Amino acid sequence: MDNQNKKAWLYLLPALIFLAVFMVYPLVDVFIYSFEESYNFASQTYNGVGIYNYSYVLHDAYFLQALKNTFILVAITVPLSTIIALLISLGLSSIKAVRNLFQTIYFLPYVTNTLAVGLVFMILFQKAPQHEGLVNTVINWFGGQSIDFLGGPYWAKMFVLCLYTIWVVMPFKILILTSALASVKQDYYNAAKLDGASNFRIFKKITLPMISPMLFYLIITGFIGAFKAYSDAVALFGLDLNSAEMNTIVGYVYDMLYSDGGGYPSYASAAAIILFVIVLTITCINLIISKKHVHY
Amino acid sequence: MKVVLQNVTKKFPSRNKKEKADVIAVNNFSFEIPDGKLIGLLGPSGCGKSTALNLISGLQKPTEGKIFFGDDDITKVPPEKRGVGLVFQNYALYPHLTVKQNITFPLENLKGKEKLTKAQMNEKAEEIAKLVQIDGLLDRKPSELSGGQQQRVAIARALVKMPRVLLLDEPLSNLDARLRLQTREEIKRIQNETKITTVFVTHDQEEAMSISDMIVVMKDGIIQQIGNPQDVYDEPVNLFVAKFLGTPPIGVYEGRTENGKLYIGNDCIFDVNVKENKEFTVAIRPEGYALNENGTFECKLNGVEVMGRDISVVITHDNAPEQAIRAIISAENIVDTSKPTVKFDLKPSKVYLFDKQSGERIYYTAK
Amino acid sequence: MNNSIQYEKIEKNAKLRKNTVNVFTYIMLTIWAIAVLFPFYWMILTSLKSYSAYSSETVPQFFVTSPAFENYTEAFTSVPLGQYFLNTLIFTLATTAIMLCIVIPAAFAFARMNFKGKNIVFTLILSLMMIPNELVIITNFTTVTNLNMRNTLAGLILPSVMSVFYVYLLKENFSQIPDELYYAAKVDGTSDWKYMWKVMIPICKPTIITITILKVIECWNSYVWPRLITDEQAYYLVSNGIQEIRENGFGRDNIPRMMAAVVVISVPLIVLFVIFRKKIMEGVARGGTKG
Repeated sequence: MDNQNKKAWLYLLPALIFLAVFMVYPLVDVFIYSFEESYNFASQTYNGVGIYNYSYVLHDAYFLQALKNTFILVAITVPLSTIIALLISLGLSSIKAVRNLFQTIYFLPYVTNTLAVGLVFMILFQKAPQHEGLVNTVINWFGGQSIDFLGGPYWAKMFVLCLYTIWVVMPFKILILTSALASVKQDYYNAAKLDGASNFRIFKKITLPMISPMLFYLIITGFIGAFKAYSDAVALFGLDLNSAEMNTIVGYVYDMLYSDGGGYPSYASAAAIILFVIVLTITCINLIISKKHVHY
Repeated sequence: MKVVLQNVTKKFPSRNKKEKADVIAVNNFSFEIPDGKLIGLLGPSGCGKSTALNLISGLQKPTEGKIFFGDDDITKVPPEKRGVGLVFQNYALYPHLTVKQNITFPLENLKGKEKLTKAQMNEKAEEIAKLVQIDGLLDRKPSELSGGQQQRVAIARALVKMPRVLLLDEPLSNLDARLRLQTREEIKRIQNETKITTVFVTHDQEEAMSISDMIVVMKDGIIQQIGNPQDVYDEPVNLFVAKFLGTPPIGVYEGRTENGKLYIGNDCIFDVNVKENKEFTVAIRPEGYALNENGTFECKLNGVEVMGRDISVVITHDNAPEQAIRAIISAENIVDTSKPTVKFDLKPSKVYLFDKQSGERIYYTAK
Repeated sequence: MNNSIQYEKIEKNAKLRKNTVNVFTYIMLTIWAIAVLFPFYWMILTSLKSYSAYSSETVPQFFVTSPAFENYTEAFTSVPLGQYFLNTLIFTLATTAIMLCIVIPAAFAFARMNFKGKNIVFTLILSLMMIPNELVIITNFTTVTNLNMRNTLAGLILPSVMSVFYVYLLKENFSQIPDELYYAAKVDGTSDWKYMWKVMIPICKPTIITITILKVIECWNSYVWPRLITDEQAYYLVSNGIQEIRENGFGRDNIPRMMAAVVVISVPLIVLFVIFRKKIMEGVARGGTKG
């Protein structure tokens, strides 16, 4: 038995080494960093222990901007993308012709580089040398005024960011919801139909409860994902997100860690832990709500 | 409510890309189900019996033909307006609703004048729960019930809106053997009490024979025979029906007539009023054998299975394709197992002749 | 018979309603399909416009009459796009290969072997799944910097290798293989190592392919870690390359050439997707999340 013990640990060893070095140690370390005051990256010394880093971050205008942006982004994209994905999945599961084609098309954004396609969105909204950009041209056709989407008013920029975020997260949600809908047995629908239930009632009383576990899974992962938004914003607005007023919490963490204003791992750690606490809280709330509403 | 099917045909487009021909699941069905009877649609899997049930329920529309409930032509009526209750093979109970919510679900769909108050619904649910004897389980979820209990809930849900016709799709196939016996009695009792015309589909002939007032035997989408179970058993119209009904199954031999005598192999069985000399398929019910040392029919003896009241004699015959044919005789008989062969007299009423090619029954009288 | 006429009317109405719903469904689905495809169309279209044509158009043109393929050759010559590609390829292949070498034995140990503390270790590892990358990336950054591994392939690869989720996914799959197979192999004198290679891996090939594909997608699109750890162009991956092009490349205004680079970067994964469409979609549906 002892021999088997040794052998098992041998099989696990590589995985455990990687986990220890790149996950467990950093996890402990990030908490230590966040409490070490005026840490100097070059000399690796610090002055004291306390919560100054947290209070600095929480009073930093850039962090508050990032916090606000992230919350707005989450509040808009999570419900909207979930509802649209649900509608599309319902549509998909009610048709037979060209269904596979649609499904394949809808999945495409999942396998594309966020940064690369972000550039395409950028040029759709950006001014070209001799015209106002494609989106503005279309707005002009309908008699609207051109808007400077990428460099203008806050809400115009936020609109583009939300739009792109939704475009990026859609494939995963559609895929999960379509397979959830497909797993509801036809017999349930037949039984309800025989009982004269209207389509809306079938949806409310049968479809929705049956896919509710998957729906909640999507909402929870959707929240987590949206709180970690970063590369979408970089793709649209460039690296200097602070001056574009479009920074996110994760963006703030990286900026603090490394970039023009960087070299402050302590502030970055504090911000990352604040983000973690926010995500954890929201996830717990989600789980409590889902316990009440998911019937399995 | 009387149910009438008139020349009903259902075709499905072929799924096989090479063969373009439509699949005919139900072929030119005509039969009438008298009011208040329990009838069994019986046949091997793939014979179209479930399709026939779906046509009655309205979940599928016939390609041709008409369906009547009483005098109403309901061929084009959508399922929810037909007033049918359907019990699915796997029950299709909504897992997220309690038993009571499952049962009241159909009632909540009623609109206009028929709309019920909550109290009325509960009253109805409890009434029906009592009928199927699940009144103690109303607040449980389906996952907390045994298979037999789930079955009763499914029946209750189908019955609660007082359907004109109750349809059961393989209602017993998901139950274990003992529960199956018990539940089929239960279905019979419920049907007797409610007097609702009931159609149920099964591939188990014993099940169908034991509780149906009438059975419809099907094969490849075509009705083979309709009648009360005993009549169909006693007078099968073709070899398929004869083989499909009865346990142990009927024994099948190659036989022939010569000069008004019926032969199996070299044994002359008895005289028949068939004039031509011709080869036939001869089928003998297990209870058609009578042990007799000087009997006309000699078989190889394989063994004897004692089953209490009866003895099952396992025999083979050179002219029988089956390797083991069972003859049932009373346990009062003693079979000498030391001998390699055994001799029987055959009861003419249990010996059937079928055309060798078509399998159609050839009627005769023995002299 | 009056009834029958009424029913026919009901059915007609129902059919009409169903058709209207159907039409709306198709319209909705088509709109979203266009929304998904349009950026791709615009990307390819723009990449084929010549710079002069692009800068002089006063209204966005939806077609090109004389495609300018030189954008593609220029995209490779004016920035080291080939270098980015090579880096990403090495990074992706190395990370995925090392990941498999680590994950498979670990999953095997959890699924097949009995050892002290198995349950505790497995629970601890599972709980690591909840730890967001952002939390550990800070220390990893300092670790790699202090080890002087910035701008090296090792610095890029090593911290990206491990994935707890894949250990979990593979362990679940391994556990489904009946014990009898293992005992039969033991009776025949097969070693654990051989059993893993000859029995378990072939049986679980679909899952292994799935996690390989998911890891490849993840690597190809990874942006944050490479950005932190590389600041020399020679070590840029495609994502960072794109970002670099966006900030500084092509004089910033040569959008057609930029789009040509974007097309080139997007093509490999789309090709992979077209080939393994079913596998990828199944794999993702089984619980992969992006990144």
